[in-house]
Amino acid sequence: MAKTESTLKNMVLSLTLIALGASASLGFVYELTKGPIELSILNKKLEAIKQVVPEFNNNPDEEMFRLATGEGDSLDIYPAKRDGVITGYAVNTYTKSGFSGYIGLMAGFNPDGSIINITVLSQKETPGLGTKMADSEFKDQFNGKNPSDFQLKVKKDGGPVDAITAATISSRAFCDAVQRAYNTLQKGGSK
Amino acid sequence: MNQMQNFTKGFFKENPILVLVLGTCPTLATTSSALNGMGMGIATTFVLIGSNVVIALLSNLIPDKVRIPAFIVVIASFVTIVDLIMQAYVPSLYEALGIFIPLIVVNCIILGRAEAYASKNSVWSSFVDGAGMGLGFTMALGILGAVREIIGSGSIFGYKFIQGDGVLVFILAPGAFIVLGYMIALINRIRRT
Repeated sequence: MAKTESTLKNMVLSLTLIALGASASLGFVYELTKGPIELSILNKKLEAIKQVVPEFNNNPDEEMFRLATGEGDSLDIYPAKRDGVITGYAVNTYTKSGFSGYIGLMAGFNPDGSIINITVLSQKETPGLGTKMADSEFKDQFNGKNPSDFQLKVKKDGGPVDAITAATISSRAFCDAVQRAYNTLQKGGSK
Repeated sequence: MNQMQNFTKGFFKENPILVLVLGTCPTLATTSSALNGMGMGIATTFVLIGSNVVIALLSNLIPDKVRIPAFIVVIASFVTIVDLIMQAYVPSLYEALGIFIPLIVVNCIILGRAEAYASKNSVWSSFVDGAGMGLGFTMALGILGAVREIIGSGSIFGYKFIQGDGVLVFILAPGAFIVLGYMIALINRIRRT
């Protein structure tokens, strides 16, 4: 087959055909992966909720409600219930003061406000340094503490939190996110 | 050149990273662990094979003056396909590689092979070329990631064999430059003899 000449008609025609083929195949793959992508996001969320609150037998995702943070946005709260009694709240919280910006956490609280467990949903911190916030060595020091008498501040700032070596900013951001979750939950609870 | 040589040239003689020094941006950024490096390499290999085959098929149809936009459309489609599939079936790897999956579009290895090889050769040769180049890229990224992971965090493929911290600089960006520099030097030394 001879090479197509670069006339205007040929150029327009070939580019149109290629773009059509490309969009058709993309549409097909999009439809194919839409279900699995939604499922994997949902599973990840449920997995995170399971880790931070006591055993529950309701569907926290369906009973999710939003509470305003007082900073112009809101956090998603997932109540965990066992036989209708609230056993804890999983709060999808965040901070923007991480070393590389946004950090998303799922923090679990007892109804009295003490922390049960925390898990990291998304972060872009420095590998090997800030990423250690997901390790139990750092995040487990919050477990069982109540932010009302446990200041969420690293030792450098006069608080009781052991910061990660060489990642004070990430540690501060972690505290900030937990504090935001606690404040929001307390404010919403007193209403 | 027979097909065997065509395949193996991507590993050593014309390794895209170590000899041609193409696509260094994703190389330096994603090789903080062996697994991430290999994941990136395999994603790139898939795009490279796909785009090489399609471009070899279409090369007579595409007029010379619009070949670059046509190649980019083909490459971008394959990258988006990989992006969606990884998001659906390997979400943890997808998160680790982050922005670098969509950025495969601008990886010069892929456009480079499309322009320099696939547009002038048969479909089968282009497939072999894409597979060789892609796996050579994966190999280089895997070794680079493994060296950085061993020295930087004392683990390999996530399995920790040294307690405590490694030499942290190897996990950070400068470590990528240092290891890549030594790898290129080593390859140059071997090639000269």
